[in-house]
Amino acid sequence: MKKLLQCQKGDKVKIVKLNAETELKQRLISFGLMKEVEVEVLEQAPRKKTIEIKVGKTRIALRAEEAELIEVQEL
Amino acid sequence: MKALEEKSCPAISNHVKVALVGQPNVGKSMLINSVSNAHLQVGNFSGVTVDKTEVLFDYENYNFTVVDLPGTYAFTDYTIEERVTRDYLCAENYDIIINVVDSTNLAKNLQLTAELLTMSKKVVIALNMSDEARKEGVEIDAQYMSELLGVSCVKVSAVTKEGIGELIKAVIGEFVNPKDDAKLIFSEPVEEEISNIVAYLQKHRYVAINSYRNIAINLLKNNKKTYEKLHDDPIWTELQPILIEASKHIELHHDSDDIKESFAEEYASFNRGIVAEVVKQKVEIEKKTLTEKIDNVLIHPIYGIPIFLFFMWSLFQLTFEIGAIPMDYIDAFFGWFGDTIGATIDNDDIRSLIVDGIIAGVGAVVLFVPNIIILFIGIALLESTGYMSRVAFLLDGFFHKFGLHGQSFIPLVTGFGCSIPAYMSARILKNDRDRLLTLFIIGFMSCGARLPVYVLFAGAFFGPQMAGNILFIIYISGAMLGLIAAKVLKLTAFKGVSEPFVMEMPKYRLPSVKLVWHTVLTKTMMYLKKAGTFIAGASMLIWFLSNYPHNAILAKEYATKIQSAVDETGKVALRNKLAESLLEQSYLGTIGKFSEPIFAPLGFDWKMSVALQTGLAAKEVVVSTLGVLYALGADVDEENNSLVNAISKNFSFPSAVAFIVVIMIYLPCLAASVVFTREAGGIKYFFYLFIFTSLVAYGLAFIAYNVTKIIV
Repeated sequence: MKKLLQCQKGDKVKIVKLNAETELKQRLISFGLMKEVEVEVLEQAPRKKTIEIKVGKTRIALRAEEAELIEVQEL
Repeated sequence: MKALEEKSCPAISNHVKVALVGQPNVGKSMLINSVSNAHLQVGNFSGVTVDKTEVLFDYENYNFTVVDLPGTYAFTDYTIEERVTRDYLCAENYDIIINVVDSTNLAKNLQLTAELLTMSKKVVIALNMSDEARKEGVEIDAQYMSELLGVSCVKVSAVTKEGIGELIKAVIGEFVNPKDDAKLIFSEPVEEEISNIVAYLQKHRYVAINSYRNIAINLLKNNKKTYEKLHDDPIWTELQPILIEASKHIELHHDSDDIKESFAEEYASFNRGIVAEVVKQKVEIEKKTLTEKIDNVLIHPIYGIPIFLFFMWSLFQLTFEIGAIPMDYIDAFFGWFGDTIGATIDNDDIRSLIVDGIIAGVGAVVLFVPNIIILFIGIALLESTGYMSRVAFLLDGFFHKFGLHGQSFIPLVTGFGCSIPAYMSARILKNDRDRLLTLFIIGFMSCGARLPVYVLFAGAFFGPQMAGNILFIIYISGAMLGLIAAKVLKLTAFKGVSEPFVMEMPKYRLPSVKLVWHTVLTKTMMYLKKAGTFIAGASMLIWFLSNYPHNAILAKEYATKIQSAVDETGKVALRNKLAESLLEQSYLGTIGKFSEPIFAPLGFDWKMSVALQTGLAAKEVVVSTLGVLYALGADVDEENNSLVNAISKNFSFPSAVAFIVVIMIYLPCLAASVVFTREAGGIKYFFYLFIFTSLVAYGLAFIAYNVTKIIV
């Protein structure tokens, strides 16, 4: 399964699964990151340490470790 | 009905307690400011309000108490601020919730709204930023939305103040009328289970204040309180199996074993329905928003960090360059003021107290107000434009290497202004270890009160064209030391997994002049107030300690010597010597002499040692102490009696460097230490901080002193 981290700048994908533990999962969900939601990769910091994504109208910054936990699917 | 009767009688005023809730950065504090003319701090990033604040105001014959709660994305206790909000909403007494939502991003904001609607409290929704939404082509049908949700929705704008009156009226309307159940509709399987439970409760005629539907929803959501209530009821035994079945059913439907996740998805799909019904988005051409365009430059993988460094460098250049312009005038003013006041006082002791003690001490601190104002303007701009979060994004990778969190950047940069709000804003970090680590290194970010010391020394040892650069170097090296200290602490005291980094990047906003002006004014007034009260008091104390005990014999001895001196230069030299000897045998001299051996390896004389010790109270006092000590002491040349000259004359360059190093690192002021202790959660942390900073400061100052001595 493809991970959000593997996406490139400009990619638009759909979230399939959150592999995070409960607390982090809650956090991701409260930011609007949940199953069936479409996200777009906006920007990547040097060496993909952090990425910026767009969910709806919200821009969210994620660290590589967190982006690794989000399974996505090409649209 | 009773409430309505009361309303018609103007003699009785009603008290309405309102809890202001919303996601971070939707303008809650700004809304309160618009409603009540209060002056709460506002910024453009999440986590400005870290604790609840109460604001009181009257409207018609109602007394309002509005409680501004920290922003929260969802009803969890992920961070301390979110805990503050959740605990307040669950445990305290209040009449109505005003749920502030960002009209430009309704779908995301309604996620919290949905949770609030299950709370069985009266809710009014404030559709804030409606002016901005209009500009973006977003039109919301508030009337229809009120009907769909079953709660009043009012379009407002904290900036233009539109709809504020209607919002208050809606709150009063909600207050006087009995509560209606909100119309929250779930997916079929959930609705089916809700009606199962409702039917069961009806059958057993369960007595409750809240509606059966509300109880059913809360049971399905695993709400602890509802469980506790029903757990002791005889119907529980039969209810339990129904609940287990229901949970299984819902989890199956959502393909998840996490009921909270399932409910979040339920809310999200309900909200999508609402948004589809009430929001009209004018056809948007697929173009990049302004924020995205700016982000392309500011968080560019290559240029991003250099641009940030350039901004910081410019800020310190401006702080020194522009700040230096009015300094001569302020200095001259206090000199003139001291002379004028001094001329009217006959008593020598009192004159000395007023002129050399209070006026010199306070003057030395007020001198730096222009620098402070520029620095505060810079930080206010950083906060209100939304750039702060970008920097957190850029620096997270780098910070992470040092065991810090990208969001640590926010308290750390606040620390350049003042450590006290910085300690408070560390609450945005959830993980206790990460938070403590950040708390420990905030002191390495030189606060505004240390700026006077730096400006003083940079001016004394470097030309004006270099001073701005020196200032920048001091701040940057302080920050670097902080990072290294963080790494050391992370590897030793605060070992463990770090907190995930998930952060919202707010839209860029043009900072309102009024807002920046207000923030800067408040902070500057605080600085001046401190100069007038605390610093003036400390200056008096230091004056006393440096003038007493009087040594009459010494004075007499010198008086005869001075009389017998042949020429004028000899007399001046002797008078100078007298002043110095008197100072040395004063209380302050005794303290300084006593601690001198400790600081001798750093190249400090006793005056510098004293100044550092008084600096434990507040960093501004370092400057005023130096002012008092050197005004009384060596300097008798009336032509250039400013402190800068005294410093360059009395300090050797290596000892000045060592002095700056200590100022950069050692304990922040007394007030900040108190806040630190509270935020860290125990007095023991204060002792750790004291020992840690003192050792590091001493060690590095020692190295700096010896290295500079070799080089120069």
